[in-house]
Order: sequence, then C-alpha cells, then structure tokens
Amino acid sequence: MELELKGITKRFPGVLANDRVNLEIKSGEILGLLGENGAGKTTLMNILYGLYSATEGDILIDGRVQDFQSPGDAIAAGIGMVHQHFMLVPVFSVAENVVLGVEPTRAAGILNMEEARRDVRQISAKYGLEVDPDAVIEDLPVGIQQRVEIIKVLFRQAEIIVFDEPTAVLTPQEVEEFFGIVRSLRDAGKGIIFITHKLDEIREVADRINVLRRGRIVGEADPKVVGKEELAELMVGRPVELVVAKEEANPGAPVLEVEDLVVLDDRNHPNVDGVSFTVHAGEIVGIAGVQGNGQTELVEALTGLRTALSGVVRLSGEVVTDDTPREIHRKSVAHVPEDRQRSGLVLTFTVAENLVLDSYYDEPFSRGVVMDWGRTRENARALVEEYDVRTPSIEVEVRNLSGGNQQKVIVAREFSRDVKFTVASQPTRGLDVGSIEYIHERIVKERDAGGAILIVSTELDEVMALSDRILVMYRGKIVAERRPDETDTTKLGLFMAGVTET
Amino acid sequence: MTAATATAPRVLRSPAEIRRSRIIGIIYLMLAAFVLVVFAMGTEGDATFKLAATGDRFEIPDLVLSAAGLSYVAAAFLAFLGGIQLTRGFGKATNIILGLAMAVIAFTFLGWAAAGKSLSLVGMLQLTVVKSVPITFGALSGVMCERVAVINIGIEGMLLSGAFLGALIGSVAGPWMGILAGILVGGLLAFALAVLAIKYRVDQIIAGVVINIFALGITSYLTSSILVENSDTLNRVDIFRAWKVPLLGDIPFIGPIFFNHNFFVYGMYVLVAVIAFALFKTRWGLRSRAVGEHPKAADTLGINVFRFRYLNVILGGMIAGFGGAYFTVGSAGAFDENMSAGRGFIGLAAMIFGRWHPVGALGAALVFGFADSLQAKLAILQTPIPGEFLLMAPYIVTVIVVAGVVGRARPPAADGQPYVKE
Ligand SMILES: Nc1ncnc2c1ncn2[C@@H]1O[C@H](COP(=O)(O)OP(=O)(O)O)[C@@H](O)[C@H]1O
Ligand SMILES: [Mg+2]
Repeated sequence: MELELKGITKRFPGVLANDRVNLEIKSGEILGLLGENGAGKTTLMNILYGLYSATEGDILIDGRVQDFQSPGDAIAAGIGMVHQHFMLVPVFSVAENVVLGVEPTRAAGILNMEEARRDVRQISAKYGLEVDPDAVIEDLPVGIQQRVEIIKVLFRQAEIIVFDEPTAVLTPQEVEEFFGIVRSLRDAGKGIIFITHKLDEIREVADRINVLRRGRIVGEADPKVVGKEELAELMVGRPVELVVAKEEANPGAPVLEVEDLVVLDDRNHPNVDGVSFTVHAGEIVGIAGVQGNGQTELVEALTGLRTALSGVVRLSGEVVTDDTPREIHRKSVAHVPEDRQRSGLVLTFTVAENLVLDSYYDEPFSRGVVMDWGRTRENARALVEEYDVRTPSIEVEVRNLSGGNQQKVIVAREFSRDVKFTVASQPTRGLDVGSIEYIHERIVKERDAGGAILIVSTELDEVMALSDRILVMYRGKIVAERRPDETDTTKLGLFMAGVTET
Repeated sequence: MTAATATAPRVLRSPAEIRRSRIIGIIYLMLAAFVLVVFAMGTEGDATFKLAATGDRFEIPDLVLSAAGLSYVAAAFLAFLGGIQLTRGFGKATNIILGLAMAVIAFTFLGWAAAGKSLSLVGMLQLTVVKSVPITFGALSGVMCERVAVINIGIEGMLLSGAFLGALIGSVAGPWMGILAGILVGGLLAFALAVLAIKYRVDQIIAGVVINIFALGITSYLTSSILVENSDTLNRVDIFRAWKVPLLGDIPFIGPIFFNHNFFVYGMYVLVAVIAFALFKTRWGLRSRAVGEHPKAADTLGINVFRFRYLNVILGGMIAGFGGAYFTVGSAGAFDENMSAGRGFIGLAAMIFGRWHPVGALGAALVFGFADSLQAKLAILQTPIPGEFLLMAPYIVTVIVVAGVVGRARPPAADGQPYVKE
C-alpha cells in the first residue's frame, strides 16, 4: 500500500496548523515525523485519520483520492492510529476495548465475547504483545495500555499505522521493547509513521525522517548519517543548546524535610508509601519515575492539596504536614502544578487576573473586599515584561495563549514572590524548545539565588539536565538516589522499571 | 539487579473513610437507643402481621409478635452492629449491613405501629411494588440517558405529560392508545432535550428544568380549561386490571406481592431485564456505554457519538412517557394536576442509588416505593405520628439514601458533558 498526503493545509481560527504538507509512505517502512510541540504533527495525523477535515489538500491511497468523513472511513481504508492520549475506555476490559466498533456478534447484535477474547489472544501471540484480555484498562500500567492500543489497530487490519508520540509515557527499557514491536510490524509489511520530538529515538528507529516546523515540512534526513545537532536545528529553526548551562550546586541548610510520608490516592492505595528525603537551599532535586508512581500524590501532599495519612513534612524546621494550601503558600512555597490548564490557571480569566490568583485577597491587590485593578494591571505589565510572556495584551483570556506562554504566566506568578521552596511538576511538558530553555534557565536562576527546588518530571532527559541530585520513585517508594554525573539514563530507567540492586 | 515482581497494591482506609465508618457506628448505637426508648418502652400488645392476601390459594397463619419484645431484640441487634462497626468494621459488607439494619428498623417500626392491631404485611409489600412502578420507569429513563452521558432532569415532566395524554387519549380512543400517546409525548420531549443538550450544548440541567416547567404548566392549564368540564368524556379511562400469573402467583407470600398486578408492573419487570441485558450483553450496549464513558475514544473508532446520544435519549423519554401513562391508565383512571408529584426526581435518585444499573435501579425504586406505601398504610393504622410527617416519608428516605448511605457511586465518566467534534 502506498499512502500520499498532497498539499494538506489546515487552518484553525488564528492558527495555520498545517501548511501545504506533502508526505509519502509505503508498506514495509518506518517514516519518522519529527517536530517540536505545536509544530502541527497531531493535526496532520488527525486529518489523515478522518477526525479533522483538511482546509485544502488530498489524501491518496495507491494513487486514488480518498474522502474521509470520519475515522470509520479511514479505518476501512486500512489506516490505524495510536493516539498521543490513549483512546481507551478505562472501565472496559481489554477485549471490549479492542473490539469496540467492530464487535463480533451472534444473532440480534448479541456480543460474542469468547470470539473477542480469542482474537485478542491470537494477535497477542502473533506479535508478542502479551496482555490479559479480561483485565480492566484502568488497572493496567500505561506501557500495557499502549499494547492494547496496538492490538486494537492490528485487530482492524490496518496497513498503515500512525504512532503519535508513543514513547512519552514509557521507561527507556519499555521504549526499547516498543521499538522491537515497531520493527516487527514493519517486517510484517506494515507501513509505520512514527511521530516524536525526541532526536535520539527517531534516529534509532526510523528508516526515513521528515521534519515538520510551524506546520511545514522543512526537510528530510537520513537517520543513518544525520547528526543530532543538525536535526535539532532543522526542527527548531536555529541552533539549540542541548544541555542546560549551570554551575556546580552550593547546597546550604535543609529547607524541605520529608519523613516517612504516606499518602493515599483516590482509590485508597498508599501511592506514596513511606517516603523520606531532604531538599537543601541552593540545590535542585529531581524526582524521576514513570507517571503514576506516586509523584502526583507526593506533590499534592507537599502543597497541602491532599491530606497525608501519616508522616511529617517540615519547611525550614516548621511542621506543615496538615497546613492548608494557602498556609503553605504563605510560607514562601511556589508550586508549578502538573496540569497547568486544570490546576495552574483559570483559563477564562485574563492574564492579569491569573497573575494574582495567589495573592488577590490581600494588599496590594485588594483593600478589604474591593479589588485594586490598577495595581493588578501594573503588576501584570511588569511581570509580562520581565518573564517574556508573549501575549497581545494583559487583558487577553489566558486560554488564548500558547502552552509555552501559559506556563510562563504560572512561573511569573509563582517566582515573583520571595520564594524559599519551589516544587515544579512537569514544568516543560508539551512546550516548544524556546520555552523549555527559558523555563530551565529560570529554575537554575532561582537555585542560584538560594532557593530549594524540587522538580518532578517523567522526562528522564530533563531530570538529568536540571538536577543536582536525582531520586527515582517506583510504586510510591524512593528506590534510588544518584548524582547525575554518576549515573546515566539506562541505569535510571532500570530503577524506574522497579529493578533494584542486590 | 533483580526485576520487581508484580504485587497487588495494598488498600488502606483513608481518614475520610475511617470517619464515615465511625459515624455509621455511632448512628447504630443511637438508633438502638431510639428503638429502645420509643418503640420498646411503654409499648403493649401484640402486633399481628397478615402474610396472605384474601383469595390466595394457600393459607398461611398470621405472624403474631409482641411489639415490645420485637423492639428489645431489634435494639440489642443494632447495638451489636454498632459495637462491631466501631471496633472491627464490616469492610466490604458495610453497605449491606447498613441495608439490613434499615430493614430491621423498618420492621420494628411496623411492629410498634401495629401493636394491638393487625397489619397486612403482604398488602403493604404489594403496594410497595405498585408504588415503585413510576419511580422505576423514571430511573430506567435516567439510566438510558446518562449511560450515554446526557443528564435528563426532565423525566418528571415526561412522566407528567405521559400521564396527561394517557388520560386524554385513553378516554377518547381506549387505554392502549393512551399508552401509545404517553410513549410518543415522552419521546417528543426527550427529542427536544436532545436537540438542546446535544446540538446546541445548552446546560443540560437547565434544559431539563425547562421541560419540567413546560410540562407542568401546559398540563395544568389544559386540565383546568378542558378536562375539568368534560371529565366524563375526556378524563375517564378504563384502567388495566390485575392479572395473576399462573403458578408464580400462587407462591405463598411472594406470589401476591410480585405476581398479582396489572400490565404495567409486568412491563416494568420485562423492561428492567431487557435493558440490563441490552446494556451489558449487546453491541448496542457496549457502544452506548463507550459513548458515555469516553466519547472521543468511541468517535475515533468510527462510532457516531451523536447518533447514539439522540437515539438513547429519545428511547429514555419514551420509557418515561410509558411510566407516566401508568399514573392514569394503570392506576388512577383520571388525570390530576401535577399527579407525578416528584416521582421523576425520586427516579433519578433511584438511578444513582442503583448505580446506573437497571436492576439496581429497580431495587432502589422498591425502597422508595416502600416508603410510599408505609405512608399510605400508616395513615389507616392511626399512629401518633402526624399525617404531614407520613407524607414526607418518601422524600426523607430519598434524602437519607442519596446523601449518606450510598457512599460515592461512580457515574459514567462523561456524564453531563456535551461532545464537541474538532
Ligand atoms: N482543535 C484546535 N483548535 C485550535 N487550534 C488548534 C487545535 N488543535 C491544535 N491547534 C493548534 O495547532 C497547532 C498545532 O498543534 P498540534 O498539531 O497539536 O501540534 P503537535 O502535535 O505537533 O504538538 C498548535 O498551535 C495548536 O495550538
Ligand atoms: Mg501532538
């Protein structure tokens, strides 16, 4: 099968997400599509998959123009997609998810679940994708959920399979395993489109590389010969530093002390299970780990958003375990939350309003019950300038800003106070390279000014680049502590997968 | 280095749960004290419970209990439960035990009310089933809609409209046509809700409230302007008579309670079974539930989210319309202003209590139906409880059940959220 995208253009209100994109892929090859966040990769694939309709352009299969009105049409034409955010129904079983939409039935539309299970087992065995057909999705780790997504696609007999940033949720070992699966799919004659913004990965697995920047294909590369710097420059459009510039840390007195902390998640599992560590002034401690190993609950407990079951949290010697979020906040703690749109910002508030979300209730932004909008605007103008927030005005609703600029609004709000301890969760998730560089720089600057900083990130490269000390979290416990110069991503990846030293 | 072995995650009790468990324990003790003081002390005479209805094939002797004795036993039992709840806890069985305790209290209460008199237990439970009919239909309608993530507050209005047209058309063209008219008007109102909620993405609560107000207004207006003056020709419908199911209807005690009713009750049983089967065993059910849990995922698999939502909401409306017709064609024989009296809302409570499952909804509706029949029967027994309080009984039970007893039930994940393509 030969698939061709010809002159695809997609315009969203105010954004040209794809600009006359041409792309070709044949059975039996892996096409790497490289582009940084916001480049338009997902949009392009959603058009191919019939979720969006293109403003202009054609999709051709074996030379014939296709008209995809819905994903159903694309599936029927042999196109499969593993989405960036998994499209699995959490309360359904593996088999139910796999067959959904093309269910084997008996008379009168009665489901034939035995057949579904049998089919799942068959595909599992054929491609080495081990999974229990009766397991419920929400009980499965993300790595296995991804397998289910792949089985789903294979069950629909896709010939061209799109993987949209599939490695973002995997440990380094799982990534290797995943590449093995991708290669075996290729060898079985499938055409693969592998989407990523990670340079090493694309060079390792792709047969060909196309680079997408600001909605346009800006170049092609041969993964066997192209260098990392060259590829980075092609992707971003200018030379980029691939490491974070920082001096040796100069740790001072302990600021955050955590002792034997136990925190329950929403389903009452002890997702933080007896964690102890210390963060000193002037150092950055990074917490690495696969998503869902207790990092979220740990940060929520540290910031007062979740009550700890037991254990002690101290800030500069003072016990704050049962403090409210506002009390903790007032003790000079800055929090850059994991999900900026849900808990970092009020999307329908303006930039100026969002910049005082933490301090509106007090002088100088309000007197008594009355807001002082003059001061609020002054504050906003100063911070927008200082933190390089690109916005048409401070009166614009923050939901209209790009991800990078939204994150800068949060960082500006949190760092503009006198801060002793900063906890930042996924500080650069989904941001473009320019914003990532800027935020990293700010964090290092905060450290150099004597702040104690805790970074939580599932991006191992980010933890390695930023941290002075790395803690690895696995199933609610800290299973390893390393300095970045005495370890590497492979070793950390093993810890993240629960492998322990004996 | 050694690889980690997979172990099931431990489950601990959160502070909130421990608190809830303690509160329940203390409530048991308080109830025990209450039963002791109010029901046991100073109560005299035997309560006679009739276990067979007149005309039953098998005769069962009456159950005669000392009201005070029953109360003492019940108080001791409740205190015992409280003790265990406070020390060891019941773990997973907490809710079941709670239900058992409630049943014991209800029975003790009946014993107290019937002290020195005779109460037909079988008649009361039979009435329970009857009273639960509109509630069940309301709950089933809610299940149909919310399983595809559309909240239907308009069920009350659909019941009422179904009742009205059931009477009007039923009087003119016979009861079967009345039922058909009820089904159609329910479907029509649901279609309006669907358009507002799915196409125009109007807040679903507001859309539902609008339907209720509209239905109440127009049926009240038409009643006073048309039905009242022509009550003999336009508001008198032949009601369905009870029909005893052969064999099943002869089972002692159970038979008269469940299997000696009219068409609507059997329709209710069938519908509960059919919807439960369809939701969990058919392709339609799997897709419907997917649309309610994760519409985007359903969409990416080529399932038409909008079509499923329209279809199921309209079917849900038709069920509510059918249930509404019960008020007139199946029970009263004539329409009365606002005769649904909040049964649609109680149906929604039953849906939640029944955890969005048709069988659970039926069970919950029976609990509410019991409260309803309690009120009806106790009014006859002349207890010291003022009639106004008795009238409140179904609603009080609703509040207690929904607010406190159930714990957190998990609705379909996308419940109430409109789906936006692109
Ligand atoms: N549904 C949408 N409506 C408006 N803008 C969108 C929508 N989806 C994506 N965009 C915009 O299109 C651009 C490309 O986004 P996307 O395709 O998700 O990038 P990538 O997948 O490469 O990170 C971004 O600027 C994004 O904000
Ligand atoms: Mg993307």
